[in-house]
Amino acid sequence: MVGFALPRLKQPSVIPGFAPTLGFTVLYLSIIVLIPLGALILKAAGLGFGDFIALATASRTLAALQLSFLTALVAASINAVFGLLIAWVLVRYDFPGRRVIDAVIDLPFALPTAVAGIALTSLYTPNGWIGQFFAPLGLKVAYTPIGIVVALTFVSLPFVVRTVEPVLRDLDREVEEAAATLGAGRFATVTRVILPALLPALLTGYALALARAIGEYGSVVFIAGNIPYVSEIAPLLIVIRLEEFNYAGATAVAALMLAISFAMLLTINLIQAYSRRRYGHGA
Amino acid sequence: MEREGIVRALPIADPASAADRSLAADPARKPRSRSTWHAPTTERPFAKWLLIGVALAFLAVFLVMPLVVVFVEALRAGLGDYLDAITDPDALAAIRLTLLISVIAVPANLVFGLAAAWSIAKFEFKGKSFLITLIDLPFSVSPVIAGLVFVLLFGAQGSLGPWLSGHGIKIIFAVPGMVLATIFVTFPFVARELIPLMQEQGAGDEEAAISLGASGFKTFWLVTLPNVRWALLYGVLLCNARAMGEFGAVSVVSGHIRGVTDTMPLHVEILYNEYSYSAAFAVASILALLALLTLGLKSLLEWRNAEHLRSTRGH
Repeated sequence: MVGFALPRLKQPSVIPGFAPTLGFTVLYLSIIVLIPLGALILKAAGLGFGDFIALATASRTLAALQLSFLTALVAASINAVFGLLIAWVLVRYDFPGRRVIDAVIDLPFALPTAVAGIALTSLYTPNGWIGQFFAPLGLKVAYTPIGIVVALTFVSLPFVVRTVEPVLRDLDREVEEAAATLGAGRFATVTRVILPALLPALLTGYALALARAIGEYGSVVFIAGNIPYVSEIAPLLIVIRLEEFNYAGATAVAALMLAISFAMLLTINLIQAYSRRRYGHGA
Repeated sequence: MEREGIVRALPIADPASAADRSLAADPARKPRSRSTWHAPTTERPFAKWLLIGVALAFLAVFLVMPLVVVFVEALRAGLGDYLDAITDPDALAAIRLTLLISVIAVPANLVFGLAAAWSIAKFEFKGKSFLITLIDLPFSVSPVIAGLVFVLLFGAQGSLGPWLSGHGIKIIFAVPGMVLATIFVTFPFVARELIPLMQEQGAGDEEAAISLGASGFKTFWLVTLPNVRWALLYGVLLCNARAMGEFGAVSVVSGHIRGVTDTMPLHVEILYNEYSYSAAFAVASILALLALLTLGLKSLLEWRNAEHLRSTRGH
């Protein structure tokens, strides 16, 4: 035995290749992700506290962050409701075309965001396929915050479906039978037996959808109209500051968004840790 | 015995007469016909078809219509204009650059994914779950920030900018920056498919191969790789789709030089902003076809090899 007092980093194993693979993993992770993100944080810290607060609380920055957050919240909520419904329909019912529908759910992951952006814009302009029905009501979708919600709903659609689906599929049907035997109506069984078991998965999907929607850029810039204080999202403000060569301004907005992302990531991990303890599976 | 006595004393229930009695006791209750009967653990047919209808209507509006409109708009000006738009020299240059970037970014993340999965799944070490969280980090970062971090590092005003320009190396507003930004946003795809699957499979097969005298490399090649090949392909497929379609991150570092630092998604934007709608949708339709191809292959993998992919999948 080696007599060092150092805590053992790794359990012994006969399999070779631990040091080179872990070394490469950490090196590659550092070069591609950690050092660049670190550079952003250093740059933000280098602005000085006063300057950072001034840039971060500029009214245009706050308006953009607020818009990004609120539209993402609405889109994620729409997807929480419809994602749960779609997962339910896909798992519990058999109907013609179910497998095709199941495959199509992932379209927003596969379709480039720029393509989604121009397609949605063309659908929701006042003379578009869908926009024409809203125009007589005096409702503008494209080039308003409603258009942003539409685009964010599209890009974050698969998250709730894909997190709820496997949990729902693995759910023990005997619990429902027990509830029915004990006299619970179907509605009571669904809302008081099934939904609580799906809640961690639903929350994880909701948080993932929210995180994706807050940072989304490509699909939104086409449909948003991009009017400062009205329909200008936070990622777009970063791009505008960069184009003005206002690196400090871009960094301040980015650092705030990164903080939001980290908070979301932490939330997701906490939900999953809770779910593993409570239900024995990660949501 | 006493117990037997109790059992004998109970009248033997006849299910049919019991049902008759309960019906007689409750005249409001009519016997349900076979078509409206539903098991207590499912919904009534009406509720079931209503739920299916609402779900399908939502998907039709939010998924199918955007996809269909791309092809309709692309072909609106006629097939001739469509072919002109996708064989335009700038469009061809954009296609070439898109392919070049993904040919570099996908193998890079593939090698990383294999190395990360090997070290995480086959060994026990401290800080493992923190490492997994860090690998997933790029998914939580806005694509625009993914581009910005490289501008801050390598741009003219960036930390390494003066040194790079002194040596005549151009990263930002050039292809290397676009490759780096693409690698950043597609970073976790292969790793996150492989890590859970290889953790599930454990290290038993590899330990057996090693004890039988196989070298580490031979074990990886003949034991590990065949075990994970479908998940690997799955990860590569998703990684490639994102690499070819990435817009925000690449847009920030590209500089938008037509025919030089213009990928297909960026070319779509340029054409769209020039009001060449048909041409924009024509290039977009190639990307949409690519997306459909990706979905088709992905579904094929899931149907054929469900047991070789990890069971619970969260994106």
